[in-house]
Amino acid sequence: MKPLLDVRDLKVHFPLASGQTVHAVDGVTFSVNEGDSFGIVGESGSGKSTTAQALMRLVDPVAGTMQLEKHDLSSLDGEPLRTIRHMMQMVFQDPYSSLNPRLRAGQAVREPLDLMGLGPVRGRENRVDEMFRQVGLHPDAKRLFPHQFSGGQRQRLCIARAMVTEPRLIVCDEPVSALDVAIQAQILNLLKRLQKDKRLTYVFISHDLAVVQHICTHVAVMYLGEFVEQAPTGQLFAAAKHPYTWSLMAAALSPDDRSRAGARFTVTGEPPSPINPPKACRFAGRCPFATDRCRTEKPALRDFGNGHRVACHYAGELTPPLPELAATA
Amino acid sequence: MDPVLEVKDLKVGVDTGKSVQSVLDGVSLRLFPGKTLGVVGESGCGKSMTALATMGLLPDRFAVTGGSITLAGEDLLAAKPSRLRQLRGNAMSMIFQEPMTALNPVLTVERQITEVIELHQKKSSAEAREIALEMLRAVQIPGPEDRLAAYPHELSGGMRQRVMIAIALACRPKVIIADEPTTALDVTVQAQIFRLLRDLQMQTDTAIMLITHDLGAVAEMADDVAVLYAGKCVESGTVEAILGAPAHPYTRGLMSCTPRLRLGAAANDPQAEGLGEIPGMVPPLGRFPKACRFAPRCALADDRCHTDTPPTYETAPGHSALCWKPTAEKAVA
Repeated sequence: MKPLLDVRDLKVHFPLASGQTVHAVDGVTFSVNEGDSFGIVGESGSGKSTTAQALMRLVDPVAGTMQLEKHDLSSLDGEPLRTIRHMMQMVFQDPYSSLNPRLRAGQAVREPLDLMGLGPVRGRENRVDEMFRQVGLHPDAKRLFPHQFSGGQRQRLCIARAMVTEPRLIVCDEPVSALDVAIQAQILNLLKRLQKDKRLTYVFISHDLAVVQHICTHVAVMYLGEFVEQAPTGQLFAAAKHPYTWSLMAAALSPDDRSRAGARFTVTGEPPSPINPPKACRFAGRCPFATDRCRTEKPALRDFGNGHRVACHYAGELTPPLPELAATA
Repeated sequence: MDPVLEVKDLKVGVDTGKSVQSVLDGVSLRLFPGKTLGVVGESGCGKSMTALATMGLLPDRFAVTGGSITLAGEDLLAAKPSRLRQLRGNAMSMIFQEPMTALNPVLTVERQITEVIELHQKKSSAEAREIALEMLRAVQIPGPEDRLAAYPHELSGGMRQRVMIAIALACRPKVIIADEPTTALDVTVQAQIFRLLRDLQMQTDTAIMLITHDLGAVAEMADDVAVLYAGKCVESGTVEAILGAPAHPYTRGLMSCTPRLRLGAAANDPQAEGLGEIPGMVPPLGRFPKACRFAPRCALADDRCHTDTPPTYETAPGHSALCWKPTAEKAVA
């Protein structure tokens, strides 16, 4: 099957006034099949949001290709790009700043239809009502302004606005991290239900491994502009092989498990600057397993079967420091 | 053992100009030396207001309308502003969520730490500088001698939070209130900060009030837990009791909405996939239901829950819930 989205060797660099370059995204490759959701996890500064913005052509890549069905996203510009924008939409992290405070909720959701000239003008209002119902809002709320909604309701509005154009691909950039846990669960369940009903394809950006495991079919772990590990979700969480992935898993807290407190595997330090990323393995400086080889030779992304790819010289040889993973390794 | 901080039946109201709305309604908490109390709930439930009331830092128009707050035997509500200034930063201090806004951007790290020491401990500036250096070492900032001269913008988020912890701990307070101290940080840095707080607590016997919406953080850090909902403490007990056998439907709801990481063999267990939901949201101030405040969102609520204020039900010694049906088996859908 041909994937819906195919990204190859994507690079996004930002020049600095000092003449240096921020290597925000430095060669990522992935593809997403229709109906799947592809999660990208990583810490701040890893380049996950920049990847999302590049997919939407909100920032321009310096290298690589992005193919959405038959369209080459990386080369389109101007009017041709605009005509396919309805196929791809985005949901942002902060529902406070991503809605125009002066537009009524109904106008905000209708605007994409008007701008892109989608569907008959007379049917648009009905379409907006329909979207309100699908995201769990009453159509009477159309006349309210964003400040009259709670955070969770605003995120529902953003989702309605993203879905109103019947997109093939929705890029969600940390859509629940600004929300309280109870509201977060409501929005995650909504996203999951809509995906099932409409056969949507998601690229889902998050720093929260548990959220990604809940909603994604495939996951990539990003560190300093690169994917260090990617796999189908079940496989990644059953048998992760990269020390950075382990450190993220070990750092995730669970209300059920007090036994790990204090004894867990932690890495020291913080990610280095993407201005001058380490030449060899970018995680080597924080990795407790690093050897001289890691500091001099760049690890290739090796395939361990079933699309499980790991960029570590010692992948498969190290014993995971997490008991759950060691048991199945 | 006596509690070092005791909040009893605390009531806080906000004057809206037309009327006084209840913000906190009878919140009681006890903090013990060397122990951590987790205060949990969604935004708008009164977690931060409890902290600010304790510190004597309530914003304009908010006032304590009843109850008592006692720090090591001293009645804080009767204390004069000058006495509170002596206590704040000295006997009790606070770690805020956003280190970038809580630190002064135009003062060096050294000045921000020595300020609190010189103010409270009558040390010379040379001695204060020594203590500041010692604190930076204690919070494990690499190259502490060089960092003394740094400004907040020159530090990463994790380093800024370490500086804030250094300031909070500089006078060896009896009580630290940490209001969502790791929410703005990455997970691997959060793990480091929690470990640091635990280690320092063990050395100094400080009592910590950890305010958080994250039950995972509670499991990691807390000895005791208080769950707040719409200005009331709806459940309290030891962390084992609250997380192991939550009695209040709200606590159970929070547990069921928290996504869990499933590793190893559990990763492919389809049974574990569902995520619970609490319908609706926390009511805004002034619109709290008359009887049980959680009733409109509660799957177990019946007529009595909507008309009569629920009693405090003790499910086990030291574990109580404000609910008509605390032992009902069915968890919230």
